[in-house]
Amino acid sequence: MRLAAVFLVGTLLFLLARGFLVPRSFGQYGHYRGNAIAEIAARPVAFAGHQTCETCHSDVLELKQKGRHARVNCEACHGALAKHAEDPVSVKPAKLQAAVLCARCHEANIAKPKQFPQVVPAEHSGGAACDMCHRPHSPALDSGKRK
Amino acid sequence: MPLVDGFMYPNEVELQWSVLIVLYPYLTGLVAGAFILASLERVFRVEAVKPTYRLALLTALAFLLVAPLPLQLHLGHPERSPEMYLTPHRSSAMAMFGFVYLWYLMAVLVVEIWLDYRRDIVLMSQSSHGWKRLIYRVLTLGSDNISERALQIDERVGWLVTVIGIPSAFLLHGYVGFIFGSVKANPWWSTPLMPVVFLFSAMVSGIAAVMCLYMFLNWLRRVPIDMRCVDTVARYLFYTFIIDFSLEMLDLIHRIYEADESFRSLDFMVHTRLFTSQVLIQILAGTVLPIALLALTQVLKLPEAARKSIYSVAGLLTLIGIFAMRWNVVIGGQLFSKSFLGYTTYKMGFVTREGLLMAIFLSILPLLILGVLVKLLPPWSEKGAMLEPQPPA
Amino acid sequence: MNITRRRLLVLLPAAAIAWKHILAGTPEASPNYKLTEHWWGMLVDVTKCIGCGNCVRACQTENDVPDGYYRTWVERYHLEGWAFQNPKVDSPDGGKNGFPPGNQSGGKNFFVPKLCNHCVESPCTQVCPVGATFVTPDGVVLIDQKYCLGCRYCVQACPYGCRFIHPQKETAEKCTLCYHRITKGLTTACCESCPTGARQLADLKDPKDPIHEFLRTHSIQVLKPYMATNSKVFYNGLDGSVR
Repeated sequence: MRLAAVFLVGTLLFLLARGFLVPRSFGQYGHYRGNAIAEIAARPVAFAGHQTCETCHSDVLELKQKGRHARVNCEACHGALAKHAEDPVSVKPAKLQAAVLCARCHEANIAKPKQFPQVVPAEHSGGAACDMCHRPHSPALDSGKRK
Repeated sequence: MPLVDGFMYPNEVELQWSVLIVLYPYLTGLVAGAFILASLERVFRVEAVKPTYRLALLTALAFLLVAPLPLQLHLGHPERSPEMYLTPHRSSAMAMFGFVYLWYLMAVLVVEIWLDYRRDIVLMSQSSHGWKRLIYRVLTLGSDNISERALQIDERVGWLVTVIGIPSAFLLHGYVGFIFGSVKANPWWSTPLMPVVFLFSAMVSGIAAVMCLYMFLNWLRRVPIDMRCVDTVARYLFYTFIIDFSLEMLDLIHRIYEADESFRSLDFMVHTRLFTSQVLIQILAGTVLPIALLALTQVLKLPEAARKSIYSVAGLLTLIGIFAMRWNVVIGGQLFSKSFLGYTTYKMGFVTREGLLMAIFLSILPLLILGVLVKLLPPWSEKGAMLEPQPPA
Repeated sequence: MNITRRRLLVLLPAAAIAWKHILAGTPEASPNYKLTEHWWGMLVDVTKCIGCGNCVRACQTENDVPDGYYRTWVERYHLEGWAFQNPKVDSPDGGKNGFPPGNQSGGKNFFVPKLCNHCVESPCTQVCPVGATFVTPDGVVLIDQKYCLGCRYCVQACPYGCRFIHPQKETAEKCTLCYHRITKGLTTACCESCPTGARQLADLKDPKDPIHEFLRTHSIQVLKPYMATNSKVFYNGLDGSVR
């Protein structure tokens, strides 16, 4: 019957088109485009990672390892610096503002764990900048003044 | 009113599915319901509703043609929608949409309409002129055979298609209910009752739509309404509505009784943000009132004019009520936080791609298409009365 | 800095070469990364989180996350007495700029960082109609931005609210566990910038990974365990009131 013919032709055309249109890598690992994995993994990174910083800045690492900020990674404060790692001469990290930066972690907040060092900045230093007394890379107070 | 009340997960504040996704199940519901009404005559031999047979089929087609449009407009990348046909993910109910839709459109609805109208198409291809003649010639698919034997075959095949069509119609709309009902992350949606509720409310809306259209079109053409037909349709509407209402009440009572983790948050939502659309529009005006009105016509012996008014009012209220039901499911399911600690607001645009204007346009479009279809494939004869499905002589 | 010019002349090329090796790594191209040798997850220690928001900012920088949407975020909880079922929760801008000290006193207060849980039986990949989101052989749930239709079904299906639709790309987006970093031997941006070690990337297939010992010796929770998604983000110290 005519109807059956119409349906048969339609189905055949669809199957034919499917052969062309389905992406090649589809189904490689599962019901998705296998190439997508490599595409996603190929994205450039923005944070260099502390191992990279430490290849050049080993002196800072030495200082940091002796203090309370030993486990704080470089880019936690200095921001994303892959560009700097790629081209250390032309790309310089931004200068940091201690008052804003330190307060982010150390401003007292009732929800922070009790044992975490936290202060109310105004009461603690009376408005003086944090890095007047504390060196960020090794924050313990030593003889009261940074160098 | 601020956008967020209480706490929402940060990514939950914006609603994902808009009024267009409310419209889609409404449209496919009308399709399924209209088709079931048509099958009442074909398969269950309910003689009285014969006059609505062809109109119901054309209504179903008109709405089915428009149904994918709200979905396409909603997609971020509609140009990629063929992917649903090329690589459907078999674990996803939504992936089945493409195939169920295509099956229902081509293998059920179009075939059934073609088979029923074939004799008229052949006759019109021979008697009309100009571009109309061309359209009819194409529709004949090249066959001029309208002998008794051929028509008998048409009748048999048509009957078979309708029999297949009933579960297909259930599937077409039931899977939409499943799309919502199977989302375990959303307690407003996740219930095994969802496909059943969707289906019965679809039948209610479809029957009400055909009833209203039948009365309206006959009034427009100044042709007397077959009251025996309309009384029967209204009776079926009444029965179906009782079942639908019972199912929805069952869901509600069950929720209230079990009072699980989500209950307090949902209960508060229904009493505040969803009060107007759920309690006032859907339940009271859209369900209880039409049922009461229809019950009146079943219990009392009312004069024809009164019955016509009641049917019209009840029909329109029903259509509004079922739309509200879709709204409450889709939008309601996104107004509360999955943390059960807060609520957000739906900001419906007006002239945006997924806004109110678009929703109104897409609601009117099927009626325009129906207007074209009744001109092309008239469900009535020159003299006026609705043509009944062609019996073998 | 005490570095002499001579040292710099030696160090810079070495650093550049090392960096290029890191950058060149892709799962296929890098001979070191085999998909089947890893099974990624994360450990979040609620007892250590100070709500500084470094993770949220780092993620935004690393992954170009648009403002107003969050691949990771931090919630702050406040509980009065035994009101387990009524926590007060807030997350101002996802915790991106920390949390205002507020005038709350008393009760129980803590921060909870959240991200995609990279579920093994993830409901989001189950509902994707075309296969645009998937679990990789190394256990990371990713989205194929070139294939996604933007139907938003996956966003609805995630019980944790970690997905969103990118306003410009109009496709689904979420935490990728910094897949482009972990396949190169780096850790995720959020773990890198967390000052207290509250977030730690974990490779569950690596016998030397400290997570194994940690899971064995601590009381560990996952978010919404009753959803049975088999989440791979493990929490230490997660209070029962956390939603």
